[in-house]
Amino acid sequence: MAIRERLSGNEAVSVAIRQINPDVMPAFPITPSTEIPQYVSSYVADGLIDTEFVPVESEHSAMSAAVGACAAGARTVTATSSAGLALMWEVLHIASSDRLPIALALVNRALSGPININADHSDGMGARDCGWIQLYAEDNQEAYDNMVMAYRIAEHPDVLLPVMVCQDGFITSHAVQNIYLLENEAVKSFVGEYKPENYLLNAERPMAVGPYAVTNYYMEARRAMAEAMKNSAGVIQAVAKEYEGISGRSYGYFEEYMTKDADHVIVIMGSATGAAKDACDKLRAEGKKVGVLKIRVFRPFPAKELAEALKNVKTIAAMDRAESFSGNSGPMAAELKAALFDAKQYPDIVSMVYGLGGRDITVEDMESIYADLEAGNFESKGLPYRYINVRE
Amino acid sequence: MKGLTEIRWHGRGGQGAKTAALLLADVAFSMGAEVQGFPEYGPERMGAPITAYNRISDEPIRVHSNIYEPDYVVVVDETLLEDIDVTAGLSKDGAVIVNTAKDAEEIKPLLKGYEGRVCTIDARKVSMEALGMYFPNSPMLAAVIKVSGIMPEEKFMEEMQSSYEHKFASKPEVIKGNMKALELALVEVKG
Amino acid sequence: MKTDINKLGLDVKWQDMTTGTSVVHSGSSAQFNTGDWRVDTPHFLEDQCKQCLLCVPVCPDSSIPVVDGKRVDFDYDHCKGCGICAKVCPFGAIEMRKGAK
Repeated sequence: MAIRERLSGNEAVSVAIRQINPDVMPAFPITPSTEIPQYVSSYVADGLIDTEFVPVESEHSAMSAAVGACAAGARTVTATSSAGLALMWEVLHIASSDRLPIALALVNRALSGPININADHSDGMGARDCGWIQLYAEDNQEAYDNMVMAYRIAEHPDVLLPVMVCQDGFITSHAVQNIYLLENEAVKSFVGEYKPENYLLNAERPMAVGPYAVTNYYMEARRAMAEAMKNSAGVIQAVAKEYEGISGRSYGYFEEYMTKDADHVIVIMGSATGAAKDACDKLRAEGKKVGVLKIRVFRPFPAKELAEALKNVKTIAAMDRAESFSGNSGPMAAELKAALFDAKQYPDIVSMVYGLGGRDITVEDMESIYADLEAGNFESKGLPYRYINVRE
Repeated sequence: MKGLTEIRWHGRGGQGAKTAALLLADVAFSMGAEVQGFPEYGPERMGAPITAYNRISDEPIRVHSNIYEPDYVVVVDETLLEDIDVTAGLSKDGAVIVNTAKDAEEIKPLLKGYEGRVCTIDARKVSMEALGMYFPNSPMLAAVIKVSGIMPEEKFMEEMQSSYEHKFASKPEVIKGNMKALELALVEVKG
Repeated sequence: MKTDINKLGLDVKWQDMTTGTSVVHSGSSAQFNTGDWRVDTPHFLEDQCKQCLLCVPVCPDSSIPVVDGKRVDFDYDHCKGCGICAKVCPFGAIEMRKGAK
């Protein structure tokens, strides 16, 4: 039986962690993810879980301790945001290259500077090439569901890669909203027990983790890691299918909203998707062929599937809540363009940067984006790369 | 309840406007509604103006933006009226509820020509009488329930009783005071 | 999880790499012949040796095998020729000679 609740995004992820009862959680607090280690440490203090909570002195240490714990054989979780993830950067690569199935709850926040605490995907996008699987959530429900699914994906023998479960800082992390939780037992049996094949604390089979690799081996090691990331795609789908069976909620690489016959589509990730869907409904009522495609899985990037889903679309707004300073587009837009180019599909794609540092985006903004897409004629307006809601 | 009701709260850091918005979300949730309660975060300073929001609906809520055209506005601190356009975008069919000892007529000139309903409640008086201390949360919450009619008063009181029993399990002595504050506020709110 | 280290070598394919380049075996350094790093070579002069065994623990590469309480000739597959053993021997029973042999 699903449990009807109302929780903030941070509470939702924390409840998922409580239900999973991981072995170790090293963490260092940073806004807006601070509540997650706060909640989890209170669960530990209250005896609800037997997780070893390790209060470390920095995020570099948090990820280092996570690497150590996971290599030792413990199911390990941590949480962070923004500069915290940036400080982990070196060790994010260690975690993925050592093929350690750690879960990280990332509450997306802008990177300095100027210093800002609000929602922005700069942190997650900055870590997109670290070999971590990245799942982005639209709301508290998806953040919870993704957290419950995370270990099943990460620990799969064909994958063995760490997973970032991302949600938008404050907008979902601090907003209380309705949610359906699974029973503790349902989560426990879905996630299952962690039984690593080999681990450092196994005296029967001593092992070395993270040895030096000379040039002769490095490329082969990275290639093998890339294969694991490719393998994760199928595992993500299979786990989602199984999860649908216990939750009734279905998840894919992305969610298609009225895209089947759409001429104009907004491609987006995270909490602003709802505003796009509401705008889409309004315009559909006026007979306009518009749609929304929300990317859930950014790593691995579902290039072929996206191309298939967008094959009849005329114009696309590829919306990034992050700047990549390439001078040409936001990071997701660039990957989407590459995906469609490989599929020999050439719709007009406008890269739109929005919502940086928590800048609000409304249903009306989304309507005007659709109007822009419909009007077309992008060349005459300069580069197909623009900012939404910036004063100029 | 029909459709979507949007409420914007104006307060100052430390006064509990965010907590009040979360309490409203809680009580509406317990009535079976779809809810959102969220603050808009700026620099976290005591006394700085803050905004919090509620959406209450019978349909799942997808939009996560701030609220620019609310049905109701709650002003927890009347000193905000001088600096902030609290009724910006407020529906003429809705209402603004101000925590003040003054009459609505005295408040109106500060509301930048707002033509809709202006309600007042002296939350300080209510709180001092019921609790002996100044906590504007409970009176303002009751006032918004009364003015908006988003749920029946009796049902609201029942839900709050059980919510306080849960929240103040370790100090049951404050439950009575808070319930009294709600009761008084339902009567005291004017306009 | 891929753990077979026997395929690791100069021509290993990416498909045969161990998972995360981990080494799930103990004592695998025995398979790595560091003896070819040697430019000077220790020679064991058995008739001078009193079997005091001072040389054994100082060898950084565990290249002085001990059998039945007595040291035997060097493990030249792994000896890097550092010469510490020759320095520590009180009896002149280890002689360093130029060259890899």
